[in-house]
Amino acid sequence: MYVSPIRESLIQGNKDYKKITDDITAPVSQKPTIFWFIGFTVSSIAAVIGIFAMSMTIWKGIGLWGVNRTIGWGWSITNLVWWIGIGHAGTFISAILLLFRQKWRTSINRSAEAMTIFAVMCAGVFPLIHMGRLPLGYFIMPYPNTRGLWVNFNSPLLWDVFAISTYFLVSLLFWYMGLLPDIATLRDKVKIKILKPVYRFLSFGWTGSARHWSRHESMSLILAGLAAPLVLSVHSIVSFDFATSVIPGWHTTIFPPYFVSGAVFSGFAMVLTLMIVARKTMNLTEYITVNHIESMNKIIIATGSIVGIAYITELFMAWYSGVIYERFAFYNRALGPYAWAYWIMMSCNVISPQLLWFRKLRRSVIFTFVLSIFINIGMWFERFVIVVTSLHRDYLPSSWSMYKPTIFEIAIFVGTLGIFFSLFLLFVRFFPVIAISEVKSILKSSNKKHLDKHN
Amino acid sequence: MAQPKYIKAYYDYDEKLVGSLKVLKEKGIEILDVLTPFPVHGLDKLLGYRRSWIARVGFIGGAIGAACGLGFQAWVFVKDYPLNIGGKPFFSLPSFIPVTFEMTVLFAAFAMVFAFLIRSKMGPGAHPFIHDEKITDDRFVVLVGLKGNTSDKNIEGVKSVLNGTGARGITLKADVELSKNY
Repeated sequence: MYVSPIRESLIQGNKDYKKITDDITAPVSQKPTIFWFIGFTVSSIAAVIGIFAMSMTIWKGIGLWGVNRTIGWGWSITNLVWWIGIGHAGTFISAILLLFRQKWRTSINRSAEAMTIFAVMCAGVFPLIHMGRLPLGYFIMPYPNTRGLWVNFNSPLLWDVFAISTYFLVSLLFWYMGLLPDIATLRDKVKIKILKPVYRFLSFGWTGSARHWSRHESMSLILAGLAAPLVLSVHSIVSFDFATSVIPGWHTTIFPPYFVSGAVFSGFAMVLTLMIVARKTMNLTEYITVNHIESMNKIIIATGSIVGIAYITELFMAWYSGVIYERFAFYNRALGPYAWAYWIMMSCNVISPQLLWFRKLRRSVIFTFVLSIFINIGMWFERFVIVVTSLHRDYLPSSWSMYKPTIFEIAIFVGTLGIFFSLFLLFVRFFPVIAISEVKSILKSSNKKHLDKHN
Repeated sequence: MAQPKYIKAYYDYDEKLVGSLKVLKEKGIEILDVLTPFPVHGLDKLLGYRRSWIARVGFIGGAIGAACGLGFQAWVFVKDYPLNIGGKPFFSLPSFIPVTFEMTVLFAAFAMVFAFLIRSKMGPGAHPFIHDEKITDDRFVVLVGLKGNTSDKNIEGVKSVLNGTGARGITLKADVELSKNY
C-alpha cells in the first residue's frame, strides 16, 4: 500500500475501529445539544411558514406572486435551479470522487448525499407550484388518456421532468445502499428500545457477510459509474430549458458546462456550510479535518474559475457576435435596473473564490465558512440574473417590465430553506453523518497510529 | 442446507483474518462464512467467490431502459400521434436522447439494486440471524463448518487450528439455519 510521505493523515487522533463506531454513532444515543434544538425549532417554523405560503398559492393561484406576462419565471425558477445546483455536490462527491479513488471523500460523502436528496426535494416543489394548477400536475407524465395526447418529447421542460426525477431516485438508491451497513451498525449498537426495531427494519437485514460485501462493492462501483454522467446530465438538461429558447442571454451553447460547474461550485459551498457547523457541534473535527476543507476549497476554486471564465466568455461573445439584441441583453445586465444583482453575482462568484489561492485562507475554517455563505448567495443571484434580467427587457420595448417578489414568494423560498435544514438536522440526529464502514476501510492508510505501526 | 453444528470465532484485525483464512484453507477446513465490519480486500478471491453478476444485470437493465425510452418516444411521435413541432422531423433523434439516457440510468440502477437485494435475501423486514452484534463494529467473524463430522476429536482438532491462528471467542454453535441468511 502506497502512503504519501508528505500528506498529512486524513483521520486524526488515536483511532481504532471501535473508536470510529463510538464517535460517529454517539449523537444517536445522546440527548441532542441545545444548538440542535434551537436550529430545529427555527427551521421547522420556517418550514411551516413556507408550507402555508405554498398552500395559499395552490389555493388562490399564481396571482399571489409578482410574476407577470413579461417575467413569467420569477423567484420560483431561480430557486428551482439554485436548489438543483446545490443537489449536485452529494452525488459528485460520492460518484465521481469514488471513481477517482479520492479517499478524503469518505468523511463527507454520506452527509453530502443526504443534502443532495433534501435539496432536490426542495427543488421539486417549485416547478410543481409554478404550474399554477397543481391538481393537474400529472399532465407532465406521458400516460394514455382519452384525448389521445402525449407529452412533447422535443421540449427541454419535459426532459427536465425525466432528468430531475431520475436524479432524485438514483441518488436515493445510491445513498441508501451505502447507508445499509451503517444502519446495521446502529441496529447493533443503539440500546434505545424504540429505535432498535426501526433500525432493524431499515437495515434490510445487513449481516456483513463477505458475499454481501463483494456484491455491494461491485454494485456501488457501477452505480457510481452510472451516477457520474447522470450528475453531469441533470444540470445540462436544466440549462437546456434556457439554452434552447431564443431569448437573448439564454440562447448560448456554453450553458451546459457552465451550469454544471456552477452547480458543483454551489453544491460544495453548501456542503462546506453544513459540514463546518456539523464537525464542530458534533465533535467530528478529527474526521472532517482542515485537510478535507482544503480539498473541498480546491474544488471550489476550480469550478469557481470555470464559472468566472463562463461569465467573461458570455460577455465577450455578446460583443463579438455583433447581434444587437445579445449585446443589449448583456449591457442591460451589467448597467440596467438589475445591475446590483449582476454585481453581487460577479463579486461573490468570480472575485471571492480567487482568494482561495492563498493556502492560509484555504485552511482557515472561519474564512471558508464566510466564503461558502457568499458563494451560496452569489449562485442564487446568478440564477436570478439569468432568469429575470434576460426576460425583463427583450425584443419588444412595449412589453418591457420589472419584477419584484411578493411576500408569498419570499415565504416559499424561506420555507424550502426551513424544510431543507429540518430534514438535515433530523438526519444528523438519527443517522450516521459519516460513512462508518468506509472510514474504517481507509483507516489503515489514513491514520497516523496505523501508519507508524506499518513503517 | 441446515448445518447442525458449526464453530464461530473472531479476529481483531483484518490482516489476521486474511492470514488465518489461508491457514484454514490449507488444512482443508470448511469456511461457511466470513462477516466483517467493512469490505476486506482479497476476501472474495480467498474464499473462491465468483465475480458478481451484478454488472451484467445492470447492463441488461440499462439496455431495456434505453430500448423502452427510445422506442416509446419514436412510437408516440412517428406512429401514434405525429405532431409538427417547429417543422422538425417526426423522428428527431437528438431530442430523444436526454429521455433515453435518463431511462437507461434509471432502469440500470433499479435492476442492480433489486438484483442485489434479492440475491442477498435482503429487504425491508428481513430478519437474518445476527451471529455477533460486534460484527458491524470491530469484529471479523469466521464461521467454520465441520463437514458433518461432529465427533469430539474433529471439533477439538478444528478448535486447536483456530486457536493457533490467534482466533478469539471460539465457540461451538448448533441449530441455526445458516441457509436462511444467504
